[in-house]
Order: sequence, then structure tokens, then C-alpha cells
Amino acid sequence: MSPVNPVDNTAPETSSRTRIVVVGNGMVGHQFIDSLLASDNAHRFELITFSEESRVAYDRMHLTEYFQTRSAEPLAMTTLEKYQAQGVTLYLGDKVVGIDRDAKTVTSATGKTIGYDKLVLATGSYPFVPPIEGNDRDNCFVYRTIEDLEAITAAADNGAKVGTVVGGGLLGLEAAKAIKDLGLEAHVVEFAPRLMAVQVDEGGGALLKDKITDLGVGVHLSKATSRIVAGDSCLHKMEFADGEALETDLVIFSAGIRPQDELARSSGLDVGERGGIVINNECQTSDKSIYAIGECALWNGRIFGLVAPGYTMAKVAASHLAGGEQCLTFDGADMSTKLKLMGVDVASIGDAHGVTPGARVYTYFNQPDEVYKKLVVSEDGKLLLGAVLVGDAADYGTLLQYMLNQIQLPEFPEGLILPHRGDDAQTGLGVAALPDTAQICSCHDVSKGVIRDAVAGGCCSVGDVKGHTKAGTGCGGCVPLLTNLVNHELEALGVAVSKDICEHFPHTRQELYHLIRVGKIKTYAEMLEKHGKGHGCEICKPAIGSILASCWNDYVLKDEHIGLQDTNDIFLGNMQKDGTYSIVPRIAGGEITPDKLIVLGEVAKEFDLYTKITGGQRVDLFGAQLHQLPQIWRKLVDAGFETGHAYGKSVRTVKSCVGSTWCRFGVDDSVGLAIDIENRYKGLRAPHKLKFAVSGCTRECAEAQSKDFGVIATENGWNLYICGNGGMKPRHADLFATDLDRETLIRYIDRLLMFYIRTADRLQRTSVWMDNLEGGLDYLKQVIIEDSLGISDELEAEMDLNVGNYQCEWATTLASPEKLKRFSHFINADDTDDNLAFVKERDQIRPARDDEKANLIAKAS
Amino acid sequence: MTQWTAVCELNDIAPDTGVCALVQGQQVAIFRQARTDRLFAIGNFDPVGKANVLSRGLLAQLGEAITVASPLYKQHYCLRSGTCLENGQLRVPVYAVRVTAGQVEVAAA
Ligand code: SRM
Ligand SMILES: Cc1cc2nc3c(=O)[nH]c(=O)nc-3n(C[C@H](O)[C@H](O)[C@H](O)COP(=O)(O)OP(=O)(O)OC[C@H]3O[C@@H](n4cnc5c(N)ncnc54)[C@H](O)[C@@H]3O)c2cc1C
Ligand code: SF4
Ligand code: FES
Repeated sequence: MSPVNPVDNTAPETSSRTRIVVVGNGMVGHQFIDSLLASDNAHRFELITFSEESRVAYDRMHLTEYFQTRSAEPLAMTTLEKYQAQGVTLYLGDKVVGIDRDAKTVTSATGKTIGYDKLVLATGSYPFVPPIEGNDRDNCFVYRTIEDLEAITAAADNGAKVGTVVGGGLLGLEAAKAIKDLGLEAHVVEFAPRLMAVQVDEGGGALLKDKITDLGVGVHLSKATSRIVAGDSCLHKMEFADGEALETDLVIFSAGIRPQDELARSSGLDVGERGGIVINNECQTSDKSIYAIGECALWNGRIFGLVAPGYTMAKVAASHLAGGEQCLTFDGADMSTKLKLMGVDVASIGDAHGVTPGARVYTYFNQPDEVYKKLVVSEDGKLLLGAVLVGDAADYGTLLQYMLNQIQLPEFPEGLILPHRGDDAQTGLGVAALPDTAQICSCHDVSKGVIRDAVAGGCCSVGDVKGHTKAGTGCGGCVPLLTNLVNHELEALGVAVSKDICEHFPHTRQELYHLIRVGKIKTYAEMLEKHGKGHGCEICKPAIGSILASCWNDYVLKDEHIGLQDTNDIFLGNMQKDGTYSIVPRIAGGEITPDKLIVLGEVAKEFDLYTKITGGQRVDLFGAQLHQLPQIWRKLVDAGFETGHAYGKSVRTVKSCVGSTWCRFGVDDSVGLAIDIENRYKGLRAPHKLKFAVSGCTRECAEAQSKDFGVIATENGWNLYICGNGGMKPRHADLFATDLDRETLIRYIDRLLMFYIRTADRLQRTSVWMDNLEGGLDYLKQVIIEDSLGISDELEAEMDLNVGNYQCEWATTLASPEKLKRFSHFINADDTDDNLAFVKERDQIRPARDDEKANLIAKAS
Repeated sequence: MTQWTAVCELNDIAPDTGVCALVQGQQVAIFRQARTDRLFAIGNFDPVGKANVLSRGLLAQLGEAITVASPLYKQHYCLRSGTCLENGQLRVPVYAVRVTAGQVEVAAA
């Protein structure tokens, strides 16, 4: 590979610049370069770096995201151009193979010999592959570089059906999830009797196992793999010491890491007994001209396999080299971690195993909700030493602050892990209580003081602060705390954060709602005149259109509203990639008569529409052209169908299970309730779409706990769950109220819906709304159940008005010849769009691809 | 000489919406701005989504620019110049449009 900047191969000239050679351009090597360049003395250094890998430093921590994007680009931490502009010379794909400490030169695999004044080893670590027979068979991988992931992807694409990870630690579980996401059957084989043995204790490990198993990953504990041989049904068979075996097509070894200290060994630097380049508090090795940082370094007998300590070492080494006033030292690092593994929260803080002499332990184990929490406190009960959280890690930020800042614990520390019920005072540690030295972001070692300074210095959003201080841009675990802190600081400074919806209205969505409701405003034009300016845009128009509809429930295609409707609403269908539409009639609760099902089939056949059962228990007909929409809907409406509002930010479906009518376990009529709920709220416009579900018993076949509103039958009535979400960021719904009778249930939902519509941001689903609602679930209970704001009657009246004004938008549209005029591709001709082309696949139509289209259209004309 | 083609009545275009007209074999998207009753005409083909859909987008003012937001992937096209605000390399054709005696007329070469 050719260098980015040409340099000579000789020893450094006797110029005043100090030449620093960095071996390894991983996360830490890059951080070192960044820190040195940021120092006041940067001009005094010449920087050269070697990377064995073929790309510039990338974010290894987020490696797994490669599977989603299949692109290395989003992971890059810098670019060749940037290095070039900064005067950094980078040799890619060139491994350093030798150090001559006397001549002060390094030699690379391609034969370069380069002199150095100071050498920095940032060679990271390599995955340990257990020395078992067959570990070099095809499809045996490790999980460390982008190339590894490319190879794994290729194996999956080539037909591997089962994947197994050897090692049930943090990384192993992440790899198992990746295998699962690739569509393979996934297994984890662990030598120890529990998962994540380093971070969690026995109780946490057991719960973790249950959770991971529930997610469909096979967990095999206390299993020593003795060899890997050819399999019968799969490519491999893994044989275990206990005589059992497991068949698998691919294997990923994730059995720990070993420091990459080969260079240090061959050049006679001190290394630890079990590996690692020995360093002092300044990150110098036994040769004072050579530093070692990151995962290859051994400090005080310890290796740090996380990025945060590596970053700290990088900064220490840079400050030591650059001199200047503040010379940092490395004195260990906190190894607390929090992560979401396959949707399961797991966190480990400090002395998780309670090994400190005299340490005392509190545990909370809630089997039904699958939550395990443990606190380790000092002998005198005053300080927090460690903690383990599984299933619910919401308290991580608070607990970590107690530990890191040695904040005195409350009199009854167990309150920190017990659930907050009823009127309990909140035990959370407010951001105001933290000292300025409190470390908020451990990945980038950013303290509360630094964040306060950033805000005082003009940063006025979390995004700004992230850009300025890097806080929150590592693992992301500190972002909730960071957000709290930034908002708190902004408020303290009296800064009004601009939450204007767009340039045309100096208001939040919530304010717009109030202006419309209180001012009885009925049209966008009136709103623009009274409270806005300009012509409006695609942000404020649909938002105000939606509020007008929520408040007055007028026909959305009226002349004064039509220009506000988003793409889909404007033609009452969902636009597909080729400009055709889909048709989704309402099938309340998923219940449909055979006759209606036949009508759907007949209509689909007549218009040659692609037909599919949706994830929402109804039928979607795809490929309708504009001019066909009224013809199709005429037939559907005549057969008793109504619009399904699949296009609107409105109520979508109420999923149901069959319930007590048929099911031997059902305790109440879930279908009946689902249909009633759907009919009550259909057509309601909201800040975002709304989904419901009703299950007939706790087996929960309707998946109610993943919906905005979920209802589950109990022996004594209905339980109401709220603010769940599937989609991109799934959220488990919160239990809001139990054992309700039907009428109370409906009234609660009425109030909740109207309160959400009043107060949420545009395009904010209930889950995000809840997560941002000050006071959270408890506050919401006070407002809705205890009526603390005295608005319940109002909210119910608003809902009643909405229900009373319901109309099927398609029925209304079909009754208006004026409105129907718009449903043709051309206003001045009966022709259809000549760019449309379909091909048949599995006996139905689908849009032709570009290559196919070229042929089809050429043939037709 | 510019050749004007009458396509529809002004009243056929609801304020703040667009329609598509077939003019000399070309698909032209015509928009009517509500507050001023001004008309704009551009090509109907969305170069990103590769479909004839621009007439069905929302009218949006961004700063000084009067644009339509593509209904597929939301890029904005300036109705005066045809330029895509998100990607200056992309441009859709722009046509002259006027109202004569209540009729909307488009000039497409
Ligand atoms: C048709 C359907 C897929 C299917 O073939 O099964 C579907 C199709 C679309 N979904 Fe979905 N979703 C469908 C069920 C779901 C489900 C499952 C469910 O409802 O049980 C989910 C996850 C549950 C949830 O919402 O929490 C789902 C999560 C999403 C999301 C992510 C929402 C989120 O909060 O993260 C989007 C994107 C968005 O809304 O911003 C989305 C957006 C879309 C859009 C509107 C994307 C678009 O703009 O073109 C798709 C167009 C629908 C169409 O053309 O008719 N769809 N979508 C399903 C229609 C159900 C129905 O009968 O109405
Ligand atoms: C999938 C995954 C997820 C992770 N998640 C987290 C997480 O959530 N939180 C966290 O804190 N940490 C996480 N880590 C660990 C984190 O990525 C490492 O701590 C960090 O990358 C260490 O940085 P480093 O620079 O020391 O080593 P590396 O990033 O490994 O960089 C070393 C580089 O040096 C190169 N090199 C080695 N020898 C030579 C040589 N002789 N000549 C030239 N180049 C050489 C290597 O090829 C490599 O590119 C994760 C790691 C992985 C693999
Ligand atoms: S949730 Fe209960 S009632 Fe409904 S189908 Fe499942 S087991 Fe039966
Ligand atoms: S703690 Fe990881 S990003 Fe802040």
C-alpha cells in the first residue's frame, strides 16, 4: 500500500520536530493522534502511523451495526483526507514486524524501515481461539474486525442455517444476537455455569439465561467443547466433554481476548506473565521512549478490555509527550458497563461480586417481571461498592454516580432498587445533587463540570454538547443522564430552548394545539394568519392538519384541509415505491366473515392487486392506480367495508386473540372488546399512529404489551398496559391499571388518548412521549386516575365529540363527484402512467425492477 | 414562439395542491399556491424515487424557496428552478404556466 504522505525511510532528520510512530490505528491509536494534535504543542510533532487493517480507524464498539448497514462507512472515526490534511502519515495494510530499540527504527511487513523518536504501541488485542481440534475448519470465525463480519455474512448468505458462539460473555451474546438477526438459529456455548460470568453474579446470570432462552437463543452452560468434527445435518458437529453434541453450520469464537504484545516480546520489553505490555502511570513501557496504550497495555497487573480506559491512556500518553502544564496520569479505570443484549437490560457496576472485605449485599428478585437487582455496599452501609442489574437497568446512571463519587447512601439503601410504588418519594439522585467532578460519560471521561462549561459557553442542545465534549458519543449509555443534565443547566441559565415546530410558526406542537382548541380555529389559513407567517411547509401543514382533525374531526379532504394532508392522506391510500397505492380496509379486531373475505378476493382478482395478510391482522391489496382507487373502494364500501386509515397518523389496528369464546384458557371475550375499541377510536387523528391489542388471558397471544394501548383479561376484569412499541425501538408497555371493569377501562383510554394528543410532539409515539414525560408513569396515573389536573371531564367530552363525528372518509369521498375528479393520473387525459410496469412472481404482480422495466416498456411501445 | 396548451380550469386545482397534466407527451406537475393563487409547473418525474409522483407532494416554503416535497422520499424541489435542495446535482424541468380566462395553460416545448 502506498503511503498517504510520502516520507523518507531514514532516521529522523535533526529537525526540531519530534517524530512519533504509532503502531496500530485502532480506536485508541486514533484517539492518541487526536489528543496529540489537539495539544498546544502539536506543531512540534511529526506523526506516522501503521495499520495492519486495510481501513482507517473505525468504531469497533459498534461493529455489530455493520450487519444492518453492510457498509463500513458509518463506523469510520476519521478519513484518509482528514489525516492528510492534519499532516498524519498513514500506512494502511502494513503490519509492523520488528522494533530495533537501539537504532530506534521500526520495520514493516512491506519492508519499510522508519526511524522514531518516540514509539507508541496501540496494537489492541486479538480474539482467543481455544486450542481444540477442528477450530480451523471452514466457517469458523472470530468477531473483531469488519473483515470478520464480512466473512460471517458471506457464510450466512451461502446457506448456513445454524450458528453457534463459543463464549457467553458480553461479546459472545452480542455475536449470538447478530447470528439471530442474520436469520440463523443461534446458540451460545459457555464453559462457565452462567452467562456473563465476569459482570454478573449467579442470580443475575440465571435470570439472564432465562431471558436469552426466551428470545430463542439456545444457551448451553457448563459445556467444554472438546472437538469440532463434520456434522450429520449441519456442516459441523461440536462435541462436548460431557458426551453431548451440537450440530451447527458456523462457529464464532468469542472466548476472551489476548493482548497483542508480540512486538514487545520480540524486542525485549517487559510483558506480563499472562501477556500485556507492562506500563507505568505515564503509560511508558520498560523502555522510556516507548509507550503502550489500549488493550495491549498491562497496568498494575490488569488489562482493560473496554474503550474508555484505552482513551484515558491515549490522553495520558499524549499529555506526557506534549509536556505542557497539565500532565495526566493513568490510575486505573472503572469497568462498569451497561448494555442492552437482545432487548434485555444488563448492567454491572464496580464490585459486582461483593469481594471487598466486609461488603454487604441487598438483592431484589422479581420473578414474574424478570427483574434482578443487587447492591453491594460498604461494611458501614454508607457507600455503594457495586451493583448488578438485569431486566431493568434504569437505575444504572444513578447508582454509578453513587459509586464513582462516593456519595453517601440514603438511610435505607434498598430503596434504590425496590420498585417505586404509590406515593413513595422518588429516590432517584437528581442531577443537581452531583458534584462537578462527577463523571457523566465514562467512554470519553467527561465530567459534569465540563458539560456545565459547555452549556455556559453556548451549547444549547444535547447535540451541541455531544459535538463539543464527545460525551454520549461512545456506548450511548450516559445519554439519558446527559440529556437531563443539559436541560437542567439550560433551565438554570434561563435559556429558552427553541422548540418551534418550523420557521412558519414560533410555537411547539403543544402550543399550537392550545391555540387551535381555545381559539376555536377551524382552518390552516386562519391559523397561518393569526399565529404564523409565510406559506407553510411539509412540517407545519400535516401537524396542524392533524390537530384540526383531532379537535373537530372534520372531513380531511375538504377544500380548506386538502393541502395539509401528507402524501398518503391526500389520496386516502398508502403510496408505494412506484407511485401506486395500497388499500387496507378496516377489519376490526381481525374478525372477518367468510363473505367479506370473498369480496376482498374478488376485488383483488378483478383489479389484479397483490394481496397480503399484514402484521396487523388485516388484508392489504397493493398496486392500485389513482384512477382505480374510487372504483375499488366503491365495491368495498358497498360490501360493508370502511377505510382502515392505514395512511393516517391515526388508529391503525386493534389486534385480538380469539379469547374465551373459543380458547380453553380465555377468561374474557377479547375479540368483542377489541372490536368495540376499534370502532370507538377509528378515525381519531393523533400525533402518530396508534396501535392496540386485547388478549384473553395472560398467555398474551395478542402481544398487547408491545402496543400503545394493551389490554389483558384477568379473572377480575381487564389490565391496561400503555405506551408499548414495536418497530425500530421496541418498548415494553407499562402496567397502568389493573382489574378494571369495561366502562372504567374505556374512560381511562379516552382520557389517555386525549391527553396524549394534547401534549405530545409531532410524530412522537406514545412510547417516546412517556419516556419524555416529566414525572413519567406516576404523574400520568395522577392525571388520569386521580384527576389531579381536574381535566378528566374535559378530556372525555373531547373524545365523545370525536366519536360522534366519525365518518368513513372513503364513503364521503365516493359521494362527491367533485372530489373524485382528483383521482386520475392526468387532469386532462384518461391515459395512465406509462412508467408503470409489473411482473408476476409467485402468481401475483409486483413492480418491475429497473432492468426488467427497460425491457417491458420497450416491448410495449 | 411559445406554444401554450390549455390543461384544466383553475378551479380543478384545490388550493395548495398539485395536479399532473399530459402536455405534448410529457408529464407536467402543476401547483397552486393558496395565499397568492400563483401557479408553478415542473416535471412530474421524481429522479430519486424514479416514479411519476411529484404532483402529489406537499407544497413547502423553506426560507425563500417555494418547493414541493417529494411524496416518496421527501426531497424538496424548487418550483422556480427545478433544483433539488438536498442534492444540487438533481434537477427537474421547469415549465411556464399561466391562467387565461380561468383556464390553466402550460408551455412545454
Ligand atoms: C403493511 C404492513 C406490513 C405488512 O405487510 O405486514 C406495514 C407497512 C408499512 N409500515 Fe409498518 N406495517 C405493518 C405493520 C407494522 C407493525 C406490526 C403491528 O402493527 O403489529 C409494526 C411494529 C409495531 C409498532 O408499530 O409498534 C410496524 C412498524 C412500523 C414503523 C415503525 C414505528 C416505530 O414506532 O418505530 C414504521 C415507520 C413509521 O411509522 O414512522 C412503519 C411504516 C410502515 C409504512 C407506512 C412505510 C411507508 O411509509 O410506506 C408501510 C406502508 C403500509 C402500506 O403501504 O400499506 N411501520 N408496522 C403492516 C400493516 C399493518 C396493518 O394492517 O395496518
Ligand atoms: C464487537 C465488539 C463490541 C465491543 N463493544 C464494546 C463496548 O460496548 N464498550 C467498550 O468499552 N468496549 C467495547 N469493545 C472493545 C473495544 O472495541 C476495544 O476496547 C477497543 O477497540 C480497544 O482499542 P485499541 O485501539 O486498544 O485496539 P484495536 O481497536 O483492536 O486497535 C488495534 C489496531 O492495531 C492493529 N495492529 C495490531 N498489531 C499491529 C502491528 N504490529 N502493526 C500494525 N497494526 C497493528 C490492529 O490490526 C488493530 O487495527 C468491543 C469490541 C468488539 C470487538
Ligand atoms: S391469550 Fe389466552 S385466550 Fe387468547 S388465545 Fe392465548 S391462551 Fe387463548
Ligand atoms: S458512557 Fe459511553 S457514551 Fe457516555
